[in-house]
Amino acid sequence: MTNRTTVRLDLTGLTTRPAQVWGGVRLVPLVRHQPIDDLRLHQELFGEEHRTVLLDRRTAYTAYIPHGFVADWTCDRTPAAAYGTQFAAPADRPGAPPERIRIRPPRRLAQRAGADRLRFVPLHLALEGYLALHFGGPTIAWEEWSQQALRRGLSPRAEEAYAGASVRGLADALRVFEIHPGQCGLALYVADALAAAFVVPHPDDYRALHRSLLLDLYGELVHHYALLAAPVPDFRADLRSSPIRSLADLRGAVDRQEQQWAAFHDHTMAEGLLAADYRHRPVHRMGRFTLSRFLPDFRPKQENHLGETITDEHGRIAYLKTFRLSESQVRRGHLLDRLSAHDWRLSAAAAELGITEAQFALRLEAAGFGHLLRQDILDHYRRRHREGR
Amino acid sequence: MDGYGDLIAAEDVLLFVNAAITATGQREFHAGAAEQQLSLSFLHAYMLGNYREPYAAALALDINDHNAALIIRGLLESAAEATAEQRRTEGRLIARRLALLPPQRVYRLFGELRRAKVNNRRTRAILREWLAARPDQTLDAVKYRAGLKQALRHAHLPAAAAETGAFLFGPAARGRFEAPLLDAWRRAHYQQSALYELPYTVAEGFARTHRIPRATFLERITPQLTRLERLRLQESARGAGVDSVRADAVELGRMPLTRLASYVLGLAPADRLARRTELTAALRTAARRAAGAEAGQWGRVAAVLDDSFSSSGSGAKRRRPLAVALACHFLLEALAGRYTGLWTSGRTDALLARPTGPTPLGRRILDALDTAPDRLLIVSDGWDNAPPGLAAEVLRVWRTRLDPDHRTSIVHLNPVYDAEGFDVRRLAPTVPTAGLRDAEDLPALVEFARFAEGRTDLTELTAHLAARTARFLAGPGSPAGRTTGANSEPGEDT
Repeated sequence: MTNRTTVRLDLTGLTTRPAQVWGGVRLVPLVRHQPIDDLRLHQELFGEEHRTVLLDRRTAYTAYIPHGFVADWTCDRTPAAAYGTQFAAPADRPGAPPERIRIRPPRRLAQRAGADRLRFVPLHLALEGYLALHFGGPTIAWEEWSQQALRRGLSPRAEEAYAGASVRGLADALRVFEIHPGQCGLALYVADALAAAFVVPHPDDYRALHRSLLLDLYGELVHHYALLAAPVPDFRADLRSSPIRSLADLRGAVDRQEQQWAAFHDHTMAEGLLAADYRHRPVHRMGRFTLSRFLPDFRPKQENHLGETITDEHGRIAYLKTFRLSESQVRRGHLLDRLSAHDWRLSAAAAELGITEAQFALRLEAAGFGHLLRQDILDHYRRRHREGR
Repeated sequence: MDGYGDLIAAEDVLLFVNAAITATGQREFHAGAAEQQLSLSFLHAYMLGNYREPYAAALALDINDHNAALIIRGLLESAAEATAEQRRTEGRLIARRLALLPPQRVYRLFGELRRAKVNNRRTRAILREWLAARPDQTLDAVKYRAGLKQALRHAHLPAAAAETGAFLFGPAARGRFEAPLLDAWRRAHYQQSALYELPYTVAEGFARTHRIPRATFLERITPQLTRLERLRLQESARGAGVDSVRADAVELGRMPLTRLASYVLGLAPADRLARRTELTAALRTAARRAAGAEAGQWGRVAAVLDDSFSSSGSGAKRRRPLAVALACHFLLEALAGRYTGLWTSGRTDALLARPTGPTPLGRRILDALDTAPDRLLIVSDGWDNAPPGLAAEVLRVWRTRLDPDHRTSIVHLNPVYDAEGFDVRRLAPTVPTAGLRDAEDLPALVEFARFAEGRTDLTELTAHLAARTARFLAGPGSPAGRTTGANSEPGEDT
């Protein structure tokens, strides 16, 4: 991947407000004191449930896409389209389906000059980045790789996710949630595991898009946690520790309580999202804003979020949507990453992880990539593993 | 009973009274109708089985009509379990309460008794007495045809007049009636002009069969409308281009306070602004009437009123919690010497109240305590969420550290029944919480709320209930503190 940088998510300008709990779902509102006016998002519901986007002549991306976002920006800049992004229909054809996506950005630059509107499909931009991770397959034709892996790469590549409506309790939690004045975002916890973060530029956008969280995709982990979790407790205010002799003292203690909560949330609860480094790839420039997607480092047994952002010229987030990968998805990403780092040399990747080649091959197979290895070699590894060598 | 048992009994009774005031078995913001009904029916069964006397005595309190009907039904269904003395008191309480219930509710109750096959001698006697006390049976025969028919059949009673009997039970095709209302009903089947002699609810059905345009119908039915029907139809009539239904400011001022508040909240903000003087005057008039002799007697009063998103209620109870809060705002303004009303959203214009935003009760309570009030009233559904539990902490600290000698009396009034907790949601153990249905009941409830503060004494509570029962049975008009029942007209929908 070219033009790739490592960044952290910068939520400057957003303050954490007290959480609201409903069953196993905890919703933490993020409030913006200074709304961003020159970038606005709105929702577009698609009639059909499936949508196929042709990425190039040979690659098709088919997905359940219940809704799309349309970003409008006001400063006069030349819109540039990118990999995986869907353009808005021109104003004179409002009902027209989204444009097919072509792969080379320069051509689109020429086509879309002058329009200050961009339609994109929330989360799919990010997910597609994950699916397309090392999609081309082995870069060097080592003997272990099967013909299929060499010719067609990882294709077909599929991942599973759950629609928000099937995450238990989420619909009710979103219904009874009381939106704060100035609220521009939400951190969504299921059984106190950060499931998603959602930030928009303007409070009015948030109000309109609040329910769209129900149409989003959630990983297997989130779905299972929601199904199995017991209700989570409220973090109730507690003023017992502060000495209070007057109403002013009491007011001070209340302020401290709120600051403590915000600090606790940002540094403890959301740490997995905010303190991690992301591989960041800009995909579209919109005036002073940049639409990009980010991928995690695929650290096994840890929180891994991927997502998409729109950031301003200072790198502050105007729009954010994240997806929490489930453990097996993290493992797949991790394995592919390691392989790619060693130019798809099985022995080198195995050595880095401190396991034998056979173990690594079996791990690949368990992760669903068995078809990438030549059958006879895989059988050989299996036998070696059985014999304990 | 030992002291511990007494304590539990008193708590149970208080809990039930709170539930009976607020719960209607309808969908609320946080819970569905089924949950509400399940929770409420458990409470009724529990009370009837364990505390029959306080259960019956609840009829004398300001409980809502839904629960009154449930209690009456419960008592009549289990008449065999009561002693002779209990039955006597219950009979009087039931008769008194039935007289105050709107007729359509009573007819529905009779229907339920019929379906439950409750037809003991006592039930029949109660039915007979209630029917005999109805001012005009021909009106009932037309307006509540199915209900009356069912009631007469269930109690084996003849109709008051032979003609009414023929109207209800006779064959459909027959000649003219002597009573003008019955004859109008007969003629309305084929003659459009006759339906304007009928009550509105009946005429509406005929208007549909005759395909009369809504505007024409409303224009001509106006003289037949009861006061509440007029209030209810005003806006839809205006939409249809009919101006005759409109109630003027004087008429609005005569409406019950909470209903008026509901009406005001149903108007678009632009309308509220345009009619500000008229609406404010009407609300003030209604509040002054509800305050009665106590107006201006309450000293410095501060109120924290909940206009968070959850006060929007549900599809079944639109903006009800907010309407109650708005009504309380105007009532407290009338009761207080100096009044400060604080909305949770921070808005200051009560007339433009809108259910949005979170519930930062703790901070608003702090703001209210800053004004050093004699009384602090909190009207909220108790879902304190910004941050959760802050209100409880502020109230606890205030009570224990800053105001240990109770210079400020604090009461939390909650208009929403919490199905999960079998009670209204409380803010803090140190502050009494009472259920609230109509703002008009507020003075009586504040008096009642003292029982919910700390450890309740059962004897005191029983004495209070006995006094209320005696007052209720002797009183000519209405349950104490209740003004809506007193001025309802016969045959009027409430």
